[in-house]
This record gives sequence, structure tokens and C-alpha cells, in this order.
Amino acid sequence: MSDETTNPMREAIQEAISENPVILFMKGNPEAPACGFSARTVAMLQSLGTRFAAVDILPDPRIRQELSAISKWPTIPQLFVGGELVGGCDIVTEMYESGELAETLGIQDPEPAAPVSAPTHPSAPMTIENRL
Amino acid sequence: MASRYARGVSATPEELKERIENGIPGAVASVTGDGHHFNAVVSAPAFAGISRIAQHRLVYDVFGAELGDRIHALSIQTKTSETEEAR
Repeated sequence: MSDETTNPMREAIQEAISENPVILFMKGNPEAPACGFSARTVAMLQSLGTRFAAVDILPDPRIRQELSAISKWPTIPQLFVGGELVGGCDIVTEMYESGELAETLGIQDPEPAAPVSAPTHPSAPMTIENRL
Repeated sequence: MASRYARGVSATPEELKERIENGIPGAVASVTGDGHHFNAVVSAPAFAGISRIAQHRLVYDVFGAELGDRIHALSIQTKTSETEEAR
């Protein structure tokens, strides 16, 4: 089967998802998001003070292709927590506003959800080596 | 279908609404957008009892590879019935 043929990029993505408790696949990087949806998602994660790994999908179109094949999710960004797809910007926004995102991230007593347009509490995102 | 939704033809909120409602049994959609970025609020009985991820996938599946291409961006809010608050 084609799934069993060696696919280094797919394996690297799988590994990144399973090795990082919180990982965001996005356009650009947290310091310079290249898309409004990615920027918004980064801002929500930062406002909760959570550490997260980030992978820029733009340098190679195959990253997005393989990621979507793994996640069965067509759009970017994609947030994974504990190896599971949480969702894209829309779902993350709903969960952020309802407090579910903090819960999913295991954050105790989160600050009340603040507007995400201006991140006031930027935590240094953990960057992982982009080998993809 | 290929010609009707050809790459060169701009998508419209009306088209997206019609396709969501035709593609998901019992769905009611309200779509706004500028031809590239769209926002859809969709309610459907099929959403009952499935995760948000699964609900959004049902909507994405209506458009397949057109997402990110002809339909540059599609924001989705789903609810199980028209009276329920969007969740």
C-alpha cells in the first residue's frame, strides 16, 4: 500500500505532532505570521501563556499536502494538543471564548478571555527545528 | 460541475449557501463574503452528536480542493439546529 512506502516528510510531521504537547502548523512564524488566521491563533495561544511549537508550512508546499493527508483537515492553521487535532482558527476561537481551550491546554484558572487583537502577554514560543 | 465552478469564475456567497444546503441533508446556511474570504453559519441535523471537528469537516467536504484555491478562505460556525446558539 502507498501508506507503507517511505515518506520522510510525513514521518517527520507525525513525529513533530506526537513529540510536542502543543504544536501549531501555521503560515509564517509566531513572530511574523503570514496570514490573519494564523496570527489570530498565535495571539490566542500567547494570551493564555502557553508554550507551543510552531511549524511554518510555507517553505515547501509538500508540508501542507502531507499535513492535510494526516489530519484530514484542509485549511491552515492547525492546532494539535496531545497528538490530537483540536481545529483551525474558527474552532480555536470558539474554544478560546468559551474557556474550553484553556481547559484543553490544561491551564488552571485562566485569565478571563481577553480580545486577541493585541497580545499583551507574549510568551516566548518554543520554536522547533524545522526539518520538514 | 467542473465548468460551473471553474477556477476562473468567482465564488459568491449565494453559490456557497446553495452548495452547502444541497451537500448536507437538511442544512441551513447563511453565507457572507467578498468572493475570496467567506463566512458561513451552518445548522444541520447531521451535526448532532458529532464533534466540532467532524461538523466542520462535513462543510469542508462540500468544497474539496476548491478550498484554499478558488475559495481562498472559509470561516465556519456550526450549530445543530437553527435555534441553537452558534457553537
